[in-house]
Amino acid sequence: MSEQPTDRPTSPRPSDDAVVELTSVSKVFWGTGRGAVRVEALSHIDLSIRRGEFVSLIGPSGCGKSTLLRIVGDLIGVSDGTVMVNGKFARAARIGREYGMVFQAPVLFDWRTVQRNVELPLEIVGRPRAEREAKARQMLELVELGDFAGHHPWQLSGGMQQRAAIARALVLDPAILLMDEPFGALDEMTRERMNLELLRIWERTGTTVVFVTHSIPEAVFLSTRVVVMSARPGRITKVVPIDLPRHRDVETRETERYFELVTEVREALRGSEGESGATEAARRVAAEGLA
Amino acid sequence: MTAASAPGSDAGRSTGLDAARTVRGWLLPLGIFIGALAVWDVLVRVLGLPQFILPAPSKIAASWLANLPELWASTTYTLAEVLGGLLIGCGGGIVVGVITARWVGLRESLLPFAVAVNSIPIIAFAPLFNNWFGLDNQLSKAMVAAMLCFFPVMINTARGLSHVDPAALELMRAAAASDWQIFRSVRVPSALPFVFTALKVATTMATIGAIIGEYFGAPSLSIGQYIVRYAAFLNLERSWAAIAFACAIGIGLYLVVVLVERLVMPWHATFRVIADGG
Repeated sequence: MSEQPTDRPTSPRPSDDAVVELTSVSKVFWGTGRGAVRVEALSHIDLSIRRGEFVSLIGPSGCGKSTLLRIVGDLIGVSDGTVMVNGKFARAARIGREYGMVFQAPVLFDWRTVQRNVELPLEIVGRPRAEREAKARQMLELVELGDFAGHHPWQLSGGMQQRAAIARALVLDPAILLMDEPFGALDEMTRERMNLELLRIWERTGTTVVFVTHSIPEAVFLSTRVVVMSARPGRITKVVPIDLPRHRDVETRETERYFELVTEVREALRGSEGESGATEAARRVAAEGLA
Repeated sequence: MTAASAPGSDAGRSTGLDAARTVRGWLLPLGIFIGALAVWDVLVRVLGLPQFILPAPSKIAASWLANLPELWASTTYTLAEVLGGLLIGCGGGIVVGVITARWVGLRESLLPFAVAVNSIPIIAFAPLFNNWFGLDNQLSKAMVAAMLCFFPVMINTARGLSHVDPAALELMRAAAASDWQIFRSVRVPSALPFVFTALKVATTMATIGAIIGEYFGAPSLSIGQYIVRYAAFLNLERSWAAIAFACAIGIGLYLVVVLVERLVMPWHATFRVIADGG
């Protein structure tokens, strides 16, 4: 991990502990075409994520959770508010490679071997070849793909491809790992295995994780905090702290506390949906009629 | 190179199988080809077709052998034009394609124009090219060939470079990659299949362009003039023999492009089907 002493949460000021600091973040999209439709994707989001946390963003589709993640990663700009990532503005954080990103699709390049795919971020930064190879190997070992370094992406299963994508995201030892429904395309069994896998990686690297999902069990099982969002305008309706023991395994899913927390998140979600769900559906139909 | 280290433990066995499959893949079309020639030969004899309508393949082969030096000289002359045309047309097409893909404004103003020009029958300009570059100049035919190649190559290059998986671009952006790094690591590899498709079309186009250019005037030792001359004399075996050489140029160049394609992008889906089957 990063050896800089500034990265350690030893500083007296509490704000230094926040790796992601969102202050009153809003995002408005303008629909294209006649009668430009104004869509308020996010409205006044305040969120502070501490170092080493695992925070899940959950909500109905269209609640802007992926947009929020992309704002943290400076892949989308804000309409209003400020985004600080690891003490820098989002753009500076992206250029400083403060975070690694994993998307729903693995986005591995067919023309590169798995090893060379993982090396890509190191190549972009211009690290020497020997260092690239060693570091990529180390990351592949971490995600247990050491034996598949010389394979091409299409020779790997979906779960293995996503593990390679995680290795690539971690190869620069980023302070933050941003994950956008990384296991959404996987079957339930693979997904649960990947969840355990991810927790193991999180424990070993100590990276802060921001994780977008629409699976309640996944969010509860992985997170230290679950952020529940509602749709248009995308808002945070509730933050559920997950007080399960830090080390989790298959049995965690069978504990009483786990079920209670799943229920709590589910109810928070239902509450946020009841508020805007029905009217939102009607509004959306009207908007589509206009287009 | 990479193919050897590819999947599975039974690499040795599967290459043997692949070779057998490749031979079988070649044998069938070859058999059909020879069969068709035989049927053609028999039909011509049975129906008693006159030589100036359709000569028998055996006659064509005899004429081919008898006039080999002359045909060979004509073929190399025409081949030089085709290669020159390919070089100018494809080279220019790739360069302009890259430029238009790089600057969006340029693409939007140039591409409709290119598509429009592409639908003009460029062959109509062949006699003009003879005036511009000289009847006996190989460049005049090479330019007809180049004109025919240019637009498909340019349009496909521009399209391949700009139609990139948006997720790949997002990934590169997240990694704070420079435009040049995105171009080299994502756009070029994504464009290769498009470019090679265009290059395959271009080999056929260039052969057509050169020969048609020669129809409007060229030295007598060229495929186009050879075909026209002996067709006029109703000495069709010799025309057909020249046509066979023209086909060989077209097919040969096409195969060269396929070979280069395999070497340049062995990772592409069209080439891994065979490996996966084993």
